[in-house]
Amino acid sequence: MSVWYAFLNALGIRMFEMDFMKNALLAVLLLGPLFGLLSTMIVTGKMSFFSDALGHSGFTGIAIGVLCGAVQPIYFAVGLSVLFALLFSFVRSRTSQSADTIIGVFSSTAVALGIFIVTLGGRSFTKFNRYLIGDILSVSPQEIGLLALVLLAVVLLWGFGANHLVLTAVHPQLASSRGIATKRNETLFTVAIAIVVTLAMSWVGLMVINSLLVLPAAASRNLARNLRQYHLLSVLSALLCGLLGLCAAYWLGCSAGATIALLLAVYFAVSFALRNRAA
Amino acid sequence: MIPHLHPHTGDCEHACCLKIEHLSVHIGGETILDNIDLHMHCGQMVALIGPNGAGKSTLIRAILGQREYEGKITFHEASGKEAKLRIGYVPQSPAFDRGDPVSVMDLFTCCIFKRPAFLRPTKAMREKVLDCLANVHGEALIDKRIGTLSGGELQRVLLALALEPMPNILILDEPLSGVDVEGMSLLMDMLDEIRKKFDLSILMTTHDFTMLEQYCDQVVLLQGKILRRGTPLDVLNSEEFAQAFHMGGGTQA
Repeated sequence: MSVWYAFLNALGIRMFEMDFMKNALLAVLLLGPLFGLLSTMIVTGKMSFFSDALGHSGFTGIAIGVLCGAVQPIYFAVGLSVLFALLFSFVRSRTSQSADTIIGVFSSTAVALGIFIVTLGGRSFTKFNRYLIGDILSVSPQEIGLLALVLLAVVLLWGFGANHLVLTAVHPQLASSRGIATKRNETLFTVAIAIVVTLAMSWVGLMVINSLLVLPAAASRNLARNLRQYHLLSVLSALLCGLLGLCAAYWLGCSAGATIALLLAVYFAVSFALRNRAA
Repeated sequence: MIPHLHPHTGDCEHACCLKIEHLSVHIGGETILDNIDLHMHCGQMVALIGPNGAGKSTLIRAILGQREYEGKITFHEASGKEAKLRIGYVPQSPAFDRGDPVSVMDLFTCCIFKRPAFLRPTKAMREKVLDCLANVHGEALIDKRIGTLSGGELQRVLLALALEPMPNILILDEPLSGVDVEGMSLLMDMLDEIRKKFDLSILMTTHDFTMLEQYCDQVVLLQGKILRRGTPLDVLNSEEFAQAFHMGGGTQA
């Protein structure tokens, strides 16, 4: 961390004079590629609503963590939301109801349970607002370390598993006919989303986190002609909008998460207008 | 014209053979497939026909190992030795999302290479894929996005993919749906060429009966169980065929 601080001090940019801004910048630099990568697979696998539901379960995890008085509710929450994600995948694979319906069931139940636990005994919801809106400036060096580890894990997952993950998302039946363990891939990916969403919630906010998981790839699909371009555009856009969003939020004094999401929405609009040029 | 004709499940001597014995599939207490017996020899083209809901897809999924079943599915080499069955599967084409930013090269990379598809493919990889595509005269398609291919082109790409690595049996799910008449005979000619060149068996489901006689050795009429099996003419002229398709006698294929 001290190297990073010294580096930014040497640059002498006023915006990054305070340590919390230095932390936030580093967090955004890690979150960008993370969301950009996950986004490609969420959109290809038609899981955007599913990842939204996972976000909600992450909130419940945090609520239960705080209730149980866990010293580090975030670790507790990650564990719980992974459990929740596994249960969710299990139910999804065992029912004839449409995925859409099951997601609706789980999503609302998770939020209801979270609010129920938080407000139990007449307590106020206010201190949980930060999980809804998110505050990137609150990120601690320790959490950044965790984030870097998660990014490393996701990059490794991509390096070794991207081909099979893509094939599973594009055509599950074709994938399994070629001996790919589609169920295991889906579960692995679901767990990855659950971890990332729960971790990032307190910085980005539950209300907008899903737009960060959907927009980079959704927009890049309009322009990309192959997987290389798709990944590149998605990661770059998430990174760029993250940086711009952080700066804009600093100057305008607004929520960074929301600003980043809005910038990504602008990117989507532009890519939509240009979509026909990319055959 | 017809290399190995065994219209009924018969001896499998001197030919490699896929044997399906007493295969039944039950889903939620309901019997979808009942006691199916089927032998397919190398070099044979077998068409699976039947009305919607007859269990054609279920049978295919059972062979692919994607459905639990009772009974036995085995594969024997020409020597009679039991061997592991390698299946090349060509899924129904509309199952792809037309908007996916996946090129033909990407699809091959995901299926047959270790190097992640989001990196630039090596020269050797491209050459290998071009070789595969040459089997279906589709080299020009390599950089096209899957979503922009026509029905016939997509079928050819999927066919080339199914042939790598070389399977013992090729299974095609409704390969002719969404393909125009010209593309249809092109595809069937290609399948004919492939089965002769590589001596593999081909199993396909279809709703198109016009080409059965010209290309198929065996036609299997399925409706929960095998209603009739035999040469194309035999099946198409049968009482069972007329009943299954509510034609009240006669063939109007």
